Amino acid sequence: MTLLTTGLGAHIRSASIRGKVKGGENSARSILFLVILWLSLFVSFGVLLTLIITTLIDGADRLDARLITEFPSSAPERAGLRPAILGSIWVIGVTAVLTIPLGVAAAIHLEEFADRKKWINRVIELNVQNLAAVPSIVYGLLALGFLALLGVQNKNIVIGGALALGLLVLPVIIISTREALRSVPVEIRQGSLALGATPLQTVWRQTLPASVPGIATGAILGLSRALGEAAPLLVLGALVFVSFDPNGLLSGYTTMPIQIFNWTSRPQAELHELASAASILLLGILIAMNGLAIFIRNRYQQRW
Amino acid sequence: MSLLSFKTASISASVLAATLLLTACGGQSTGTSTDPEAGLSGSVTIDGSSTVAPLSEAAADLFRDVEPGVNVTVATSGTGGGFKAFCAGETDISDASRPIKDEEIAACKTAGIEYTEIVIANDGLSVVVNPENDWAKCLTVEQLKTIWGPDSEGKITNWNQVDPAFPDQELSLFGAGTDSGTFDYFTAAINGEEGAIRTDYSPSEDDNITVQGVSGDKGAMGFFGLSYVEENKDAITAIEVDGGEGCVYPTSETVQDGTYQPLGRALYIYVNNAAYAEKEQLRTFIDYYVENEAKVAEAALFIGLTDEQKTKAQDELATLVG
Repeated sequence: MTLLTTGLGAHIRSASIRGKVKGGENSARSILFLVILWLSLFVSFGVLLTLIITTLIDGADRLDARLITEFPSSAPERAGLRPAILGSIWVIGVTAVLTIPLGVAAAIHLEEFADRKKWINRVIELNVQNLAAVPSIVYGLLALGFLALLGVQNKNIVIGGALALGLLVLPVIIISTREALRSVPVEIRQGSLALGATPLQTVWRQTLPASVPGIATGAILGLSRALGEAAPLLVLGALVFVSFDPNGLLSGYTTMPIQIFNWTSRPQAELHELASAASILLLGILIAMNGLAIFIRNRYQQRW
Repeated sequence: MSLLSFKTASISASVLAATLLLTACGGQSTGTSTDPEAGLSGSVTIDGSSTVAPLSEAAADLFRDVEPGVNVTVATSGTGGGFKAFCAGETDISDASRPIKDEEIAACKTAGIEYTEIVIANDGLSVVVNPENDWAKCLTVEQLKTIWGPDSEGKITNWNQVDPAFPDQELSLFGAGTDSGTFDYFTAAINGEEGAIRTDYSPSEDDNITVQGVSGDKGAMGFFGLSYVEENKDAITAIEVDGGEGCVYPTSETVQDGTYQPLGRALYIYVNNAAYAEKEQLRTFIDYYVENEAKVAEAALFIGLTDEQKTKAQDELATLVG
């Protein structure tokens, strides 16, 4: 047993982690822990890689211009994602316009102005934290109820979808904005106040600009999550087929995940191929958005 | 500090640019969609059965080549959900995989919605088995009921219980989940009562999962739409069904002429009469839909109408504008 673990330990040490395992950490238990960590990393990464590669193989043939320029069709060779891509842009764009100002304002209030000793503010904080973990379909139900309450008959319109996704994104934006605000050193605020600025001026001219990179990162991550969502929109009775480009807040729409969902539930193998190609495209957009978020964070984040 | 504000400004600028880009894309799309070349405009809203939706999608797709200015939308709330919206006056057309029910008729009547029922295509349900199954070539409705009936739950678990001549092979069952029109239809046709079925089978709303299940188990049996059989010929085998007048294999012809019983059925669209008379784009769309039903059915993997069915639909529509 000892022999085995020392052998294993030596092997692990030799593999790129030399220096990280030091002294007392070189026990059998910590090595076992490391092995488990590597194994879990390998399993999750392996599954992801397999999924991406098989999807890529399935969809490679249809990953062409038609996918972007054509309307959906029962004839797979002339089917594309055009209204779904535009629908996604519309819905996510409106979601961003609705949620970013609101989320940032809420975060500023909670972080800079709210009296944390009051129970009501603590309840709000707790709820925001909880909301971020609520399954997305619940937001769809909430938006459905809200729209029904307003007496909106046709719920599968851009603004309806944006409301549902906005509810989903809002907690993410609030939490990330608060993190960003919190990371601005208190000395900056004090300096501003000491020079005679009002608290509002301090927030507007110092704290908020300094936390824009963090806010942008959080907003992009939140919106990219919303981009991949189908469940809340399906609850709203999302359209699975749209033969036109969406053109306004009250326009019918479909989004990329819904179109993919629709194609995968069809019998034709060609449509499954198309769904794979669309998944790859969606994945590409999501990676690009997350990449942008990482870029903004690395490029602009302040180190105090 | 000036550096900081510069960075902030450049971020704000890029965010602004992205927003403008979005708006620009949107603006562009407005231009193309509201610019019909002297054709019709307006919208046609369709909701209902996910079984029938491929037909309406195919029709809308073909129709776009004729009238690009008309916005056709298709949603899939299910036959029941579709009628709910239809009888509230929210949709122009309701896709249905079964005729309208009494309570739905009542709802429409209360809301003052008058409608026309049109048979738009024919659909066959097929009972499928594993390709290695060489004993079940033809089953009677009675035998199918023995296999699928609610009373068989936990009791009929082996093929030799269905017919002593069948081998000792464990039975595993796959089929549509309770939300689908296929489920309603199969249970009504085979077990005599809608929704009556043994609960110890593997239900799925996704027929592809049924295909996978049946193709992976020698003793498996499943049921779904005929189109899935033709799309998955290598993985599964359809069997003949004896509805009392001999064994009939499910094909387009036997479904269309009504000999494949009781698992051949008609698919419907329901049209709002008032909307049909008022909205020219809806009228044009429906007329086009019925006129080109054969092309539509082929594209959506269903079976077209007989001449008789088509003439009947066209005659009924003609009376609406009178």
